[in-house]
Formats: sequence, structure tokens, C-alpha cells
Amino acid sequence: MRAARLPGRLLHLFGLLAVFVFAVFPFYWMISSSFKNGADLLASPPRWLFAPTIEHYQAVFADQKVTSAIFDSLVVALCTTGLAIVLGTPAAYALARFEFRGKSDLWFWFISNRMISPIVLALPIYLLARNAGMLDTYLVLVLVYLTFTLPIVVWICTDQFRSIPHELEQAARLDGVNQFGIFWRIYLPLGLPGVAVSAIFSFIFSWNELLFALVLTRRAVQTAPVAATSFMSGYELPWGKIMATGTLIVLPVTIFALLVSRHMIRGLTMGASK
Amino acid sequence: MSKPQPTSRQRAGRARLEHARWTPLLFLAPAVLTLLAVGIYPTLFALVTSFRQYNLVRVRDGFPFVGVENYANVLMDGSFWNALGVSGRFFLTVMPVQLALGLGIALLLHRPGWGFMRAVARVSLVVPLATTYAVVGLLGRLVFNREFGVANQFAGWLGFGPLDWLGSPSGSFAAIAIMDIWQWTPFCALIFLSGLSMVPVEVEEAARLETTHPLAILRYVQLPYLLPGLTAMLILRSADVLKLFDMVFTMTRGGPGTATEVISILVQRTGFRVFDMGTASAQAILLLILTVVLSRLYIRFLYREIA
Repeated sequence: MRAARLPGRLLHLFGLLAVFVFAVFPFYWMISSSFKNGADLLASPPRWLFAPTIEHYQAVFADQKVTSAIFDSLVVALCTTGLAIVLGTPAAYALARFEFRGKSDLWFWFISNRMISPIVLALPIYLLARNAGMLDTYLVLVLVYLTFTLPIVVWICTDQFRSIPHELEQAARLDGVNQFGIFWRIYLPLGLPGVAVSAIFSFIFSWNELLFALVLTRRAVQTAPVAATSFMSGYELPWGKIMATGTLIVLPVTIFALLVSRHMIRGLTMGASK
Repeated sequence: MSKPQPTSRQRAGRARLEHARWTPLLFLAPAVLTLLAVGIYPTLFALVTSFRQYNLVRVRDGFPFVGVENYANVLMDGSFWNALGVSGRFFLTVMPVQLALGLGIALLLHRPGWGFMRAVARVSLVVPLATTYAVVGLLGRLVFNREFGVANQFAGWLGFGPLDWLGSPSGSFAAIAIMDIWQWTPFCALIFLSGLSMVPVEVEEAARLETTHPLAILRYVQLPYLLPGLTAMLILRSADVLKLFDMVFTMTRGGPGTATEVISILVQRTGFRVFDMGTASAQAILLLILTVVLSRLYIRFLYREIA
């Protein structure tokens, strides 16, 4: 291709820089605000240059609330992700390799879960959990989060398992490996990249979830987004603490998301575009 | 679905897979049973609740069946239509901006040259998508603060005075729209980008020999590859607007008044702040019907080849 002329190339560079600034600015603003002292935070107009302080992080770590919320989030996200993998990968194997009646309907049912608003489930699950005495437990959140983690695991792993050559399965069958052995010893190990990507997605989605956690838990369990939200009461808001907590919540998932950045769109569209 | 008798080839194919009829069932059962228990059963429970008077403040009245009274109340009450209107307006506000910006960003990222900077910009798009929605809302409260928010500083540079973003109906609507545009434009950009990268290199190069006009190339060469992604975005984003809760809840709680009360916020308020579960369930079921229509459309247009 012909080299573009200089002004065009400069314009292109300028555009790319603008994209970068657009994407990162609010993120940068959150992190920089978390290092501002009280006076700098409330300065009008806002200060871009300031002497950084870690006082808010000290306050956050001294306050049990945030650390235990991060721990709770970790427990819930890891448990639901683990369960989703255990329950979802066999289903993905069946969808990838078997022909059976109603397969496409089942497939669509899994996919439709992407569209359903969590508030639709939050109401009845609150009532059911309340009657069962399960409010404010890890278990209720772990189970509810399966409504979105399981479909994502099924989708991504089905896609991955489809790409594993049939011949391997036939060879194993000749060696007398049974159906479960084929899944366990061929599909799972060879499909590991897809399994890992789906695990990261279900971790990110569970970690970021607010609505279910807000409605279904109170004191005994409090996830990180709920804890961050709970600072927003009263007149004088502790902005430094809020932004430090926000940074602590967002940073780990951002790193995870960067790891799966190539698959981001696949995860968000349930594979309609890659 | 009526199935014709299997042809000899299908039979051979099935024999090659050689599994018992119930084998797939064993593999599917754990996932299907779980989703039935945590997804379908509660939905049915909501359906039943929507026909009851189910007020948690007046538990002593019991939960008698009231027929379609809840639905009638919801449909007669202005707040439901207001919330649908807010959601609709929100979609119509953010979607065109996200599509236009997204396409522009995709074209910038697709254009050859500045390889490293392009890679950096592309990766940076993941940051908004991964940011916890609730934190986006909290950040919005700070950014759009009337006294010390950076949004008013930008507004000042552009030559208009400080606005009371979160204190006024139109201001807070604009504020949640801007945060949403920040968060979801990368989604559109990445989908458009993957569409652009599907255009065969030879075709694009041949077209560039014919014309130097980028718009002509966009219209006649690239557009056909962008359309499936466009359909996906329109349907998924409209479902997302119906799901939208976290960011609005932490930023405005639907206020001031009901200016930013999108549909999920309304259902949450009715259920968990007014404690009228019957009415809230009726609202939720109506919302679910909308969603099911959308997801049928999604499947119809995007998974045609599998169906």
C-alpha cells in the first residue's frame, strides 16, 4: 500500500492519541483522585498537579469494611466461577459434539440469558431466599451468579471444543476410553485456553456485579461494589476513600481484562462477532 | 420440530459417533438443572407473585390473588411509562453517538501505520469495558460535581459556564449518558474493527487503486462487512439499556425526581424501597417480555446459520 502523506499521518497519530486519552481519562482521574489530599480533592477548579498522598489507602486498609468486602467478593467470584466451570464444561462438550433433538433450542436458551435484566430475577430470588433463610449468605450470591456465569462458560467452551479434531476422539475410542474419559482426558486439556478465558470472564462479571449483592446481602456478606456504594450516604462524602476503594476494586479486573483483551468482544456478544 | 427419516449418510454419521441416546443428557443435566433452579423457577415465582397482592409492609394481610390488578395498576400508572420513556430516550441518545464514535475509532485503528500506537490505543479500549459499573457511577458523582468536578472545568474551557449537572433533570440525564458513552463506545469500536478486518486484503487494496476517496471505500467495500456487527450492537445495546442499573443507581438513584429513573431502577424502587413486590413483579414480567422479544430478534438475525 502506498505510504500516506505526512499531514495525513500526523492526523492519524493525533486521532490515535485522542482515542487513548478518551479511553483512559476517567480511569486516570479516579486513580489520581485517590492520591490527592482533602484540600486538593475539593479544590475548584480541580488540580492536575498535586503532592500525592497515600493517606486514603491507609484509611481504607485500616477500615476492616473494605478489606473484608474485597475478601467476600473474592470468595463469591471464585466459587461461582469454579462451579460454572464444573457444571458448564460438560454441557459445552455435549453441545459441541453430540447431535440430539432440541439442541438448537437449548443453545438459544443458554444464549438468551445474556439479555435478561438481573432485576427480573432479583425480586423473586429475594423472596425465595428470605423464606428459606438464605439471605445474607455466600451461597445465595454464588448460586444467583450462575445465571450469568454458566451461560458464558457454556458458550465460550462450546466454541473451543468444536475446534478440537474429531480424529482424536475416534482414536481414544478405539483404545477403549469411555465417553467421560474422552471429555476429561482429551477435551478439557486441549480446550484449556477456552476454559481459562471463560473463567476470567465469569470472574470479571461476578466481581463487578452490584444489583444482586445489594438486594440479597446485608451485613454478614458485603461485596466490594456494595461497600464502595455504602460510602455514598451523608452530606460530606469521603471522596478520597471512595476513589481509593474504587481503584482497589477496578485494578484487578482491569488486569484480567487486559489478559483476555483479544476475546473481549466474544465474551460480551456471546460470540455473535469475534 | 418434525424430523424426516435419517438418510443413510446421517445414520452413518451417527454410527460414527456411537454414543447411547442418553449420553448427551448426562453431560447436559448438571448445567440445565442448575439453570432451571436458579433461573426458570424464580421467574415462574415472579409470574405467580405478579398476580398477588404481595406487600412486605403489610404482611398481615397475607398474599391474596388479585388477578391482573397489578398489571392494570402498572399500565395505568405514569411511572412505568415514564421509566420506559427514560430508557428509550437514553438508548436514542447514546446509541447514535456510540456508533459514530465507534466507527471513527475503528477506522483509525484499522488504518495502517503507527503500529505501536495503534496497539496501545486498541488495548486501552478494554479499560472502560472492564471498569466495575458501580464504580463508574461513583466516579461520575465526582467528575460531574458542581463545585469541584472536572466536567465543569472542561465546560469552562469550551466557553460555557459551570452547570449543576447532577442537580438538574437534563443535566443528570446528560451525565449518565456521557458515562455510558465512555464505557460502551469501545464495545462498538471493537465490533466495527473486527468487521473491518474481515474485508479481504486484496479487495481493499484493489479498491484503493480505483479510488482514493475513503467514503467510497467505506460505502462500497467495507459497509457490507460492518452490517452484521451493527445488528448485534443495536440489539445487545438495547438489552443493556433495559438491564442498566448499577451505574445509574450509584450516580443519581434515578433522580432528581424521576429524570433518570430507567426501567430497572423503577422496578428496584417499587420492590425494595416501596416493598410492593406484587406490583414490582408485574413490572418485571413486562420487562421480561420486552427482553424475550429482543433476544428472539437477536437469535433470528445473528444465529441464522445454526438454526
